[in-house]
Amino acid sequence: MKAQQSIENQSPGSRLPLLLIPALALTLVCLLLLVLGLSPLTIGRALASGSVGNWLKFSHVLSVWSPLLLCSCGLLFTFRAGLWNIGIEGQVILGAICCTAVLRLPGGLLPPPAVLTLALLAGGAGGGLWGILAGELRNRGGVNEIFGGLGLNFVGQGLVIWLIFGPWKRAGIASMSGTDLLPPHFWLQSPPGWRVAPVALALAVLTLAASILLLDRTRFGLRLRAAGTSPGAARLFGIEPDRISLQAMFLAGLLAGLAGGLQVTAVYHRLIPAISSGYGYLALLVVMLANYRPLAVPLIALFFACLVTGSIQLPISLQIDSSLAGVIQGACVLSALLVYGLRKEKS
Amino acid sequence: MQRFLIFLFFFVLISLPAAAATQTPADDEFVFGLLMVGPANDHGWSQAHYEAGREIEKQVPGTRMIYIDKVNPADRPGITVPMLADDLIAKGARLIIGNSDDMKDGIREAAVMHPDVYFIHISGDDALTGKGSRNLSNLMGRMEYGKMMAGFVAAMTTRTGKIGYLGPLVNAETRRLAASAYLGARYAWTRVLGKPAADLHFKVTWIGFWFNIPGVTSDPTLVTRNFIDSGHDVVISGIDTTEALVVAGQARKQGKQVWAVPYDFRGACAEAPDACLGVPWFNWFPGYRILITEAKAGRWRPQFLWLGPDWKDINNPGTSAIGFIRGSALSPEAGEALTRFQQGLADGSVNLFTGPLEFADSTPFLKAGEKATDSQIWNLPQLLQGMDGN
Repeated sequence: MKAQQSIENQSPGSRLPLLLIPALALTLVCLLLLVLGLSPLTIGRALASGSVGNWLKFSHVLSVWSPLLLCSCGLLFTFRAGLWNIGIEGQVILGAICCTAVLRLPGGLLPPPAVLTLALLAGGAGGGLWGILAGELRNRGGVNEIFGGLGLNFVGQGLVIWLIFGPWKRAGIASMSGTDLLPPHFWLQSPPGWRVAPVALALAVLTLAASILLLDRTRFGLRLRAAGTSPGAARLFGIEPDRISLQAMFLAGLLAGLAGGLQVTAVYHRLIPAISSGYGYLALLVVMLANYRPLAVPLIALFFACLVTGSIQLPISLQIDSSLAGVIQGACVLSALLVYGLRKEKS
Repeated sequence: MQRFLIFLFFFVLISLPAAAATQTPADDEFVFGLLMVGPANDHGWSQAHYEAGREIEKQVPGTRMIYIDKVNPADRPGITVPMLADDLIAKGARLIIGNSDDMKDGIREAAVMHPDVYFIHISGDDALTGKGSRNLSNLMGRMEYGKMMAGFVAAMTTRTGKIGYLGPLVNAETRRLAASAYLGARYAWTRVLGKPAADLHFKVTWIGFWFNIPGVTSDPTLVTRNFIDSGHDVVISGIDTTEALVVAGQARKQGKQVWAVPYDFRGACAEAPDACLGVPWFNWFPGYRILITEAKAGRWRPQFLWLGPDWKDINNPGTSAIGFIRGSALSPEAGEALTRFQQGLADGSVNLFTGPLEFADSTPFLKAGEKATDSQIWNLPQLLQGMDGN
């Protein structure tokens, strides 16, 4: 499966303008809303006021954006290497588990900031190793990374549920509500009036910058592209596609694991079964909609984060189910895929 | 980049009038927010809260409810209780109710973040233990009585002597409610029907949460089917939704003699009336009225309210915090026995948390003649001897 070849390597001569994507998405969504008897303007206003209406709301958006961006950056590496890393969801979960494991160690040896740092590093390492596992299943076992990744997602989900109901359950309680709340000194703190931890934000922004640099300005990025575009030709230049793909899987897992660590330390302050919040799968949509281009990823991720956060206004203000936001996300991605497909055909 | 700019354009376009559209409450209006763990129309726990909120709007002048349902990480990934509290407060809420044990940590955190807003956490005990801030109160109904009635009618009806209890997650609340149902069943079995306690089988199966989360919890539909397939002919529900009753209704259509006792919502029997023995239901209105009225009048104080039934009329919607609506499948004989049982509970001549009682691991709970304190019942650490479950 060569993810890039199908979409990124399109002829520059394609005539269909990319502007068609938002136009098509908007039309689809408006039509759907009208059929449902809802006013597109009212829905749009509710989504906007719930996401960018004031700083508090926008900081909620950023708390979603940070882990989503980390996952999306990770996927840029695997897509560039021609891999569909569906297993990113499991990598987020493993990162959260490893992060929690460190935070549950008997304390006292290190100051809390050092423990938090170690926990986040452990999260990254856990996600990275889970990514390598999917990569090795592909390289050595011949298991397509899509199926291997999906399988590992189920294993990760099973593992987190087992931990929450088993060794890590609250005293006298067995509940999907999750593990005990972490002590506040293990929380990534937000300043008053903020709902996002500056550390999480900084990690996301730095990761984005590093990813852009790595992908577009280094020999490693070139090798990734070569391995993803034409593994046979890459070998002629001394590049080992299998090794490169493992490195890409590790990087993607590392960033996803870090996102899982942020979910534990900055958002939920405990381990819960739905700790990934589906950001792995959502990041796949983000990167596809961004046409695999790093510069567009933070912006599309921001748009999706606005949808996730703003959609809460739908039940509060309009008594409309917030799953409508998922329909809008789907319409955007479908429109993008449709336009990319048409462009490819025409070229 | 080009595409994003277009997205941004549309987004900003619709954002501009948004600020003007923000609804602000009138000065004399008291807005309260309700966070519900399940859907507002679940025919169970959340709907009982939703309807109580609507009743408050009607009966406490100057109040208005805003709400968000399905507040759980599976339905709303990435959204936390403090985040939703921010949203409700931005819409004018001056008091926020979190209706689930699952929201305990989030409500506690939100209450600290917003000291000028009142919070009610349903089913928790932070106001009792001192773990909560001054703006946090707790409310719960003494559903132990309702569960005793549920167990009573189950034992009066079963033909196999096998009763299934569809449990949610495991905590002190769910343990004491399951234990109450067992004690009610044992009382009917031994004291009314005169049968040996050893012949009563009472099995508890926990699904892991208050309702089904596919792929995460055990499926309550399958658990109920397993109960029925293994000879349990009455299933008592301890979860927020109506799967036990629905499955029992389906089984009856296939000719099986099975019954169920749903939970939480007074209208729950409507799902399958011919299989329904009755429903112990929560009436949140009296508790809401106390706390909201006091908050509105500026007389707030942190309270732990554990409200019981109004024994004069346990189904009085204005006064009784818990009730028991009889189902159409309840036989007249069982109904008469239930009336006598309720009278005994009301006048105190029947107190089922009286020793000798042992915990499931055979350690002593209450000595002969000893009556459990509220604290012992509230914090029940284990199921009781005679119950099959953990």
